[in-house]
Amino acid sequence: MTTPLPRPKRKDPVKRTRLPALPPAPRSREALGLTAVAAEGRFALQRCEDCGRVQYPPRQLCGGCLSAELAWRDVPDGGALIAGTTLHHSNDVYFRERLPWRLGLVGLDCGPAIVAHVMEDCRIGERVRMSVRLDRSGRAVMLAMPPGGEAPEMDDDLELRETTCHPRHRRALVTNGKTPAGQALVRALVAAGAREVYVGNPDAWHASPELAALAELPEVTVFPLDVTDARSVHELAGRIGAKVEILVNNGYHLRPGGIRGRKDVNTPRAEMDVNYFGLLRLAAEFGPVLGARGADGPFGACAWVNVLSIYALVNNPAFATYSASLAAAWSLSQCLRADLLEGGVKVVNVFPGPLEDEWQQLLPPPKLTPEALADAVVKALVDGVEDVYPGAVAQELSARLRENPKEVERELSL
Amino acid sequence: MSTVADAAKEAGAEARSPESAKTLARFLADLVAGRIRVVDLTETLEPGFPIIVLPPELGQCWPFRIEEISRYDERGPAWYWNNFSCGEHTGTHFDAPIHWVSGKDLPNNATDTIPVESFIAEACVLDCSRECEGDPDFLLTIDFVEGWESEHGEIPPRAWVFMRTDWSKRRDPLAYLNMLEDGQHTPGPDEHVVPWLIRERDVHGFGTESVGTDAGQAIHFSQPFPCHYYMHRNNRYGLQCMTNLDLLPPRGAVILSAPLKIEQGSGSPTRVLALVPGPASAPG
Repeated sequence: MTTPLPRPKRKDPVKRTRLPALPPAPRSREALGLTAVAAEGRFALQRCEDCGRVQYPPRQLCGGCLSAELAWRDVPDGGALIAGTTLHHSNDVYFRERLPWRLGLVGLDCGPAIVAHVMEDCRIGERVRMSVRLDRSGRAVMLAMPPGGEAPEMDDDLELRETTCHPRHRRALVTNGKTPAGQALVRALVAAGAREVYVGNPDAWHASPELAALAELPEVTVFPLDVTDARSVHELAGRIGAKVEILVNNGYHLRPGGIRGRKDVNTPRAEMDVNYFGLLRLAAEFGPVLGARGADGPFGACAWVNVLSIYALVNNPAFATYSASLAAAWSLSQCLRADLLEGGVKVVNVFPGPLEDEWQQLLPPPKLTPEALADAVVKALVDGVEDVYPGAVAQELSARLRENPKEVERELSL
Repeated sequence: MSTVADAAKEAGAEARSPESAKTLARFLADLVAGRIRVVDLTETLEPGFPIIVLPPELGQCWPFRIEEISRYDERGPAWYWNNFSCGEHTGTHFDAPIHWVSGKDLPNNATDTIPVESFIAEACVLDCSRECEGDPDFLLTIDFVEGWESEHGEIPPRAWVFMRTDWSKRRDPLAYLNMLEDGQHTPGPDEHVVPWLIRERDVHGFGTESVGTDAGQAIHFSQPFPCHYYMHRNNRYGLQCMTNLDLLPPRGAVILSAPLKIEQGSGSPTRVLALVPGPASAPG
């Protein structure tokens, strides 16, 4: 049985903060295909389109028939733990710090046998569920998990935790607590066990009874934060930057409209200022300390969440300038991801479809409720995935964008 | 107002006269000796200072924002400087008549064309601070002005009317804008006193400490935003977001309020200074 981790004690201030060591990162280009699978929390392996053989590790050619027609296909994740061992020694710095470490050989029902990390509750000779997950280097690794429903304490399994960003016992910052989605995020993080939740209050001139109610929760503290003001971001980073283990960048500025009928660029500029420059200002101030604390105890810094939009990936002409600002934010988030990976901190991008908010009032349902968005964010953290597309619209558009982006572009322009 | 240009010409001619040269010399001597004090009526331009808030679907004024260009570092080894951005109506600022639709077609109605003499004028400071203390919706009325005049004399032509409310002492943006569910609640003039001040007293303009020259609820008056509407229709000016009005005498302060010379500008952040009789006793 996994032993639940206790609430962390206060840190000894005279001890050096452990630097983030990373598991080995090099992968072949083929193996990076598995990273793409892990980023979304799917379970897919290379399958030969000619002979149907499922293979692992990823290669350029089919190991059975030498065909180059290999495709990443979702496959059944069931299997049996054939053999297992526990490492008590490693020459790799990352593993040395985490010993003992369990490894095993899993025979998958779909064919291949895979050497995998193995969770404590898996037993040799019994069924396991295989998953592809992102490790602290942001690379895909195989992890054998107990089949079926997991007990909550299993979240504390060492090898699982190295691939997840569970909010439990961690301290999170939600950058905008003035929106219903921001408020739902705060509640969801508290419900998931976050030790403290810091909430940004933009537009300090405007009172919000909802935010005031949220501030009543013992875990919650509200701070002024305007991401369009570099000084405001700098000041908050100075106050709480070294305590934030999960940062949720959820502010957004959305105004309907495209190019036609526009007399000025004030609104698009305001969208860029929040959606793009806001991310940049936050990243400049909070990024370095977050990246430095990736291995700061069992509940060190682990994740940076950007709430973007599916329209970051394809322009919606009805919200054209908003879409463009999010495309810029998405591009920048990839740089932030590369930066933070050096500290073992994950950047999670959330691409929801239309939300239930006052700026998308006339859009037809389905629209994502604040609670659904918040649940999707917490689930992404718990699952340790990098890219999430919550809601029916985002699910459909992301699938079709993979298949045929031009078709989606043309359809949205109608 | 048509005589301003003539007066300027005249003044230009007289500037070389020994008499006005003496006046200026005496003014400078008094200034240096502290017999004339300078009071700064300007709020510091900084990102946190509140700006007027309009319904979110309308265009918005930019708040003050500042980015360092260099600070004796690799971006510029021996010098420090910043880029800043803001709206024409950010911080302590001047309203030109072109700001309002009622003043849009007047001559010399923008920051670059207003006669420069208009940037120097006397101020009558009407102390409404006690009234505003318990009533954020306090409105200045003709009665109130007449009461003030009975004590201090009639408002002379071409003088600013400054409404002292001590609103600038509200340092919390929440209290300063005082935005409730039914809108903003800040003091200002009522809709009768503004045309009266123009018609009967030929005032230069109207100045306040709160975020606008009009009251917070002025959109609901039968003439919405009367101060903007009437003042600018008559080519008069506005000053708002001022501070330190409590340091001014009821009469006799000379106000310097030159806006930036923005081409066709509707206003601009302005360093508003008051020259008041000494002795010095208050922070500038």
